[in-house]
Amino acid sequence: MADSITYQSLDPRVTRMHIPTNEQANFTPLDDMNHWQTYEVFHQAKTGGRHIHVGSVHAPNAEMALLYAKEQFGRRSVCVNMWVVKTQDILSLATEDADVFATTPEKDFREASGYKVMSKLNAYKKLQKEANTAKETE
Amino acid sequence: MENISALKNLMYRMADDALIIGHRHAEWTGLGPTLEEDIAFSSIAQDKLGHALALYTLLQQLGERDPDTLAFTRDEKDMKCCHLVEMPNNDDYAFSLVRHLLFDTAEKLRYGKLENSSYQPLAQLARKVKGEIKYHVFHANTWVIQLSAAGTDESKARMQAALNEAYPLAFGIFEDSGFEQELIDNGIFVGEHRLQELWLQEVNVVLEKAGLSIPDVTDTSSANGGRKGYHTDHLQPLINEMTEVFRIDPTATW
Repeated sequence: MADSITYQSLDPRVTRMHIPTNEQANFTPLDDMNHWQTYEVFHQAKTGGRHIHVGSVHAPNAEMALLYAKEQFGRRSVCVNMWVVKTQDILSLATEDADVFATTPEKDFREASGYKVMSKLNAYKKLQKEANTAKETE
Repeated sequence: MENISALKNLMYRMADDALIIGHRHAEWTGLGPTLEEDIAFSSIAQDKLGHALALYTLLQQLGERDPDTLAFTRDEKDMKCCHLVEMPNNDDYAFSLVRHLLFDTAEKLRYGKLENSSYQPLAQLARKVKGEIKYHVFHANTWVIQLSAAGTDESKARMQAALNEAYPLAFGIFEDSGFEQELIDNGIFVGEHRLQELWLQEVNVVLEKAGLSIPDVTDTSSANGGRKGYHTDHLQPLINEMTEVFRIDPTATW
């Protein structure tokens, strides 16, 4: 087969593939079930620290997902460990149910910072100090 | 140092292997089977070029020319790489993966032994690249097992065909350099003969796990020659392509 009817590229690797120029690309799209599934990747920057979600990878199984997670997400910043979890195995709330959190910002009584304790603490400390001073002068 | 020729010879063999297999792996960049795999394999190729650069730099410290000159201007007959790394990819990912497994298993063992080398700069380099090579072996083992024992009939047959081609060539990695006794006596390296024994033990375990039949190699010397500058017909075209841009203007900086 003469080279003239195959695709000539400036990239010698492409030229070597001998892709016919006179033919429609005969690439068949993958079937729906033939795609690799996705895995969510969690990255740990420090031993004992939290694993933080950084993105996802396509892989046929968990082991290969870990292999790819290392390359896609572990090479640009400090990393000591990684988790991968099948995306399908993650259960999340529906977007329209975000209203279950609507009143959360008002419920500061659920936070330690919602309680004004410093004034009570300072009053107690002052009381203690006065008691001690009184004891010393006796 | 009396044994400087032996030491240089060892580092040239290692550096040239890394440079040439790095270039072969890099030929897949942009053409890999999936996006993630393209990135992973290209990254491995980059690591190999990094190992070559580190070794050429050590050679420069021993009085050889600078790394770019060593990598891009030496004649084919001065290259000391083995035949396995020279072989073209031929658009066959199975061959690239099997070669990657056979080569990197040897690299892991080689650098592992060099961690105790009497030549400190090489021992330091070995400790530095340990993690990278561990990942390369992890990548190779995972893929080979995935496409063999865990694969389809077609993928397994293609992996077996690739192994039949690559396995006899892999013995060329361990070709006697003529400096073996000197390297051993000076505590620089355990020697290629010992390395081959260790390699056979380890690589055969992985191949068995993958369910591949190990080719019967009666004449392990058939792939020899590379260490002495006798190469396959595939090396010169690779050098021409690899050095094309460099030769346009050798003084250009990037």
